[in-house]
Amino acid sequence: MNADEARQTVERIARESYGRLVALLVVRTRDVACAEDFLAEAFAAALEQWPTQGVPANPDGWLVTVAKRRHLDDLRRGQVQMNGEPHLQMLASEIEAAARISEELPDRRLALMFACAHPLIEREARAPLILQTVLGITAKAIASAFLVSPGSMSQRLVRAKAHIKDCAIPFSVPEQNEMPERLNAVLEALYAAYSTAWDEPHDGASELAPEAIWLTRLIAAMLPEEPEAKALLAMMLYAQARRSARRDRAGCYVPIDLQDIALWDRTQIAQAENLLHACNRSGPSGRYQLEAAIQSAHIVRRLSGANCWPAIVSLYDHLVSLTHSPVAVLNRAAALAEVAGPDAALAELSAISKDKRMLGYQPYWATLGHLNLRAGNIEAAREALKIAIGLSTDDAVRQHLRQRLPS
Amino acid sequence: MNYMMLIHHDDAALGKANQKELWADYAAFNDALAKAGGRSGVRLKPASAATSVRVRDGKTEIIDGPYADTKEKLAGYFMIDADSDAEAVAWAQRCPSARYGTIEVRPVMDVHQ
Repeated sequence: MNADEARQTVERIARESYGRLVALLVVRTRDVACAEDFLAEAFAAALEQWPTQGVPANPDGWLVTVAKRRHLDDLRRGQVQMNGEPHLQMLASEIEAAARISEELPDRRLALMFACAHPLIEREARAPLILQTVLGITAKAIASAFLVSPGSMSQRLVRAKAHIKDCAIPFSVPEQNEMPERLNAVLEALYAAYSTAWDEPHDGASELAPEAIWLTRLIAAMLPEEPEAKALLAMMLYAQARRSARRDRAGCYVPIDLQDIALWDRTQIAQAENLLHACNRSGPSGRYQLEAAIQSAHIVRRLSGANCWPAIVSLYDHLVSLTHSPVAVLNRAAALAEVAGPDAALAELSAISKDKRMLGYQPYWATLGHLNLRAGNIEAAREALKIAIGLSTDDAVRQHLRQRLPS
Repeated sequence: MNYMMLIHHDDAALGKANQKELWADYAAFNDALAKAGGRSGVRLKPASAATSVRVRDGKTEIIDGPYADTKEKLAGYFMIDADSDAEAVAWAQRCPSARYGTIEVRPVMDVHQ
């Protein structure tokens, strides 16, 4: 093997297994920043040794062993304060851990996610922290996804990691009574990760979407009593199933009503349907359950031609009263137009037309434009669509709106 | 907080863009900006029209061309009042010039602070 190949292997592992390796190490170090430092040293050692000595049979295990050895060296030098007993325990568990790395991985990552979602960590840092430590996304990429400067994102992450250490936040799946609050933050992070991947213009450019789905699947399987986890997984699968139909050959955005349903992945849709049925059986309707049900209704509408619009409107009624979100009001109005016509929908929109959040929200102006177009208010349609174009950052969406703009 | 959004253009990249579409996008962007309470700023003539002046030890030096001879040159600015850095960055992201150059997001010093 030449040096290039070895380097590529190291890079691939860093990309694919980073979060898993941090999760595993953090059990020993109890400190995310410290685990990442040792892992970085292990990667540096790999870059140095693998080109000449070859890639080991179990590269993940090799990296973990090297990182743990560095940690032990530190302990011996007394740089990390710890009393004797946990140290001995650690030595013992290290020997057995090496043998069962693969089976340990899933729940370790889960435990790390729940630790990152701890209420002591500032709310805005939880999702980015999960994205970085569990999914191995760089601070710079996270900063872009959350639209903050890389500098302040790095600071936020460093602060959060220091907090985990200082408050000795345990790395475990929380008790039942602590679950709802933490689970929300974890699901929110996974939702953000999936949405980030969805917004990426080039399909296949990122491993983020399958990673987010994989982790959500893990949570849904480990917490079968939590309907919202299943519902989020269903939502991701409904979206994923339609992924290849959302752009045409020229890269132009295709709305659901114009998508070629032959391109939809029926296996993923069936999986999502099963999940939705399963979560509706158990417990109250949460936000993700309602949103997944809305996706399901849209898909049934296209596949069977059935008129699902009244059902969609009443699902949005629930979502509006649950979240009080102007975005839910906006989407409800769009659905209402199919039942009661564009004028009724426009009347509903006046309730949020003064909301400052809507003034810079592209979908608000796009919906306003489309509804006015249908109502025959050409001037109002032109104005709203133009603003929607001005607010778009995706060229495919801009292109789609330009075609709707009345000349 | 007030932000000045400094637009830096790569004139070569900008020249290659579809001009009709670019300026239509700019008009749309300015409309959106005005709706959200931003102020459209100014567009500068090309950097080749610039003159740079400095005084050193009482002597005035006058140089043809822009202050910094970089590939991307200052081409104009606009102002926004945003609640957070994130909101300011979102506006930079929407500005058509971001596709052909760089938008520098600079918080404006508040003299009352």
